[in-house]
Amino acid sequence: MKTEITLTINGKQRKALVEPRQSLADLLREDMRLTATHLGCEHGVCGACTILLNGEPARACIALAITLDGSEVRTLEGLQDDPLMGVLKQSFHEEHGLQCGFCTPGMLISSHDLLQRKKGLDEEQIRVAMSGNLCRCTGYQGIVRSIKAAADKWAEKMTASEEVAS
Amino acid sequence: MKPAPFAYHRATSIEDAIAQLNDDETIARPLAGGQSLVPMLNLRLAPVQKLVDLGRIETLRRVDEQAGRIAYGALLPHAAFEDGRVPDGSNGLMSFIGGQIAYRAVRTRGTIGGALALADPAADWLTTVIALDGQVVLVGPRGRRSLAAADFVTGPYMTALDQAELLESVVIPRRAKTERWGHYKVTRKTGEYADSMAIALFDPDARKARIVVGAVNGAPIVLTKTALEIGEGANEERLQAAIGQELAESDRAFSPAKLKLHVTAALRAIRKAGLS
Ligand SMILES: Cc1cc2nc3c(=O)[nH]c(=O)nc-3n(C[C@H](O)[C@H](O)[C@H](O)COP(=O)(O)OP(=O)(O)OC[C@H]3O[C@@H](n4cnc5c(N)ncnc54)[C@H](O)[C@@H]3O)c2cc1C
Ligand code: FES
Ligand code: FES
Repeated sequence: MKTEITLTINGKQRKALVEPRQSLADLLREDMRLTATHLGCEHGVCGACTILLNGEPARACIALAITLDGSEVRTLEGLQDDPLMGVLKQSFHEEHGLQCGFCTPGMLISSHDLLQRKKGLDEEQIRVAMSGNLCRCTGYQGIVRSIKAAADKWAEKMTASEEVAS
Repeated sequence: MKPAPFAYHRATSIEDAIAQLNDDETIARPLAGGQSLVPMLNLRLAPVQKLVDLGRIETLRRVDEQAGRIAYGALLPHAAFEDGRVPDGSNGLMSFIGGQIAYRAVRTRGTIGGALALADPAADWLTTVIALDGQVVLVGPRGRRSLAAADFVTGPYMTALDQAELLESVVIPRRAKTERWGHYKVTRKTGEYADSMAIALFDPDARKARIVVGAVNGAPIVLTKTALEIGEGANEERLQAAIGQELAESDRAFSPAKLKLHVTAALRAIRKAGLS
């Protein structure tokens, strides 16, 4: 039996008919055609499906859509105009943070959340915080370097804008 | 879609959830954060005909702070502890533990009650709540009862929960301000379940120690004799022997390698508590 739910997806209200067993990831990819959210392991381990749920990172593969009625979901598609995401994407490009790109949406969402929550991270702390996102081809050196570079650029931007404001 | 089909009920209250679960005809299970149950459904490892979603029961997210203890609602996520969004009476141990279970995207959803109810022997909260001498409050068709966390876990993935009974809250006594804690987790990868895990607590003023080893094929083991030795100021050599002996005397039939791993975790937790 299908049930109607309402979600705010990337700022727009969307209705969907879901079966209880349907994951948020399947709903996003198959019904909403939002395919930046990738599926790797489908049991919470690899991080490819990481999205923002009510502003916090979550695994879309182990979130049942029916339980989320009324929630706000943001996927990588919905962060296109986000300035911090812009800095992260540029750094991933410059520092060889991706190869095939399969893990990249999850890497970007997780690191975006990390840089918003924590300042002044060193490489070790970035590694620990990003341990829930697996990459099978780039290797982690480039990914960690990308996030560190983005963190430094973002910190510079923030100080610059604070100076303008004061 | 990976799971087999099941029915779904969004519970509106604790009473409603209990009524929905109290059904001999169908295999019904409560759903909290879903961070263990949904992977099991995806892998078709958990037979479920009806999920009873606890997520909208706001009373299960309550914190009740009293002079001697803090009661945490079962639905509080690991991240609430990590971020210090709930009061702490454990000198920071609970916040530390909340921050090192799995990964941030799992911690925002997984709950303390779900972790305890699942009773995975390697779960971080299990060892922690027992180390802190916590209690759990259960509520079911026959009312409410309170149990020591150590008695709540009866084996690997086995608890004292009866049919249709819910874990409502976790009650942690406020620890002495002078108490120090040490924690050591052996794991192959950050965020994974522990191969071994130990927590040592020591209050130098009262000369009182408590030491618990987890990921031991069942309920975490409280090392009472070792704790007494600590209180008496035993040196590391004596402690190592005491831990080894106490673990070997437990009913768990550890392999020599496992025994060594657990002794090492326990000793390192003791060291981190600043004891030797
Ligand atoms: C990739 C990954 C890594 C992980 N690593 C770790 C780790 O290192 N350490 C660790 O401790 N955990 C780890 N976990 C598990 C995580 O902590 C889970 O969140 C937790 O074990 C279960 O909590 P939940 O709220 O998600 O419960 P659910 O998955 O919703 O439920 C788990 C079980 O408990 C029952 N249940 C839930 N709530 C109640 C209640 N209030 N009353 C009665 N029964 C209830 C359910 O019916 C189910 O059987 C990991 C999970 C993932 C996905
Ligand atoms: S697909 Fe969701 S964590 Fe791997
Ligand atoms: S870039 Fe290919 S999996 Fe990470």
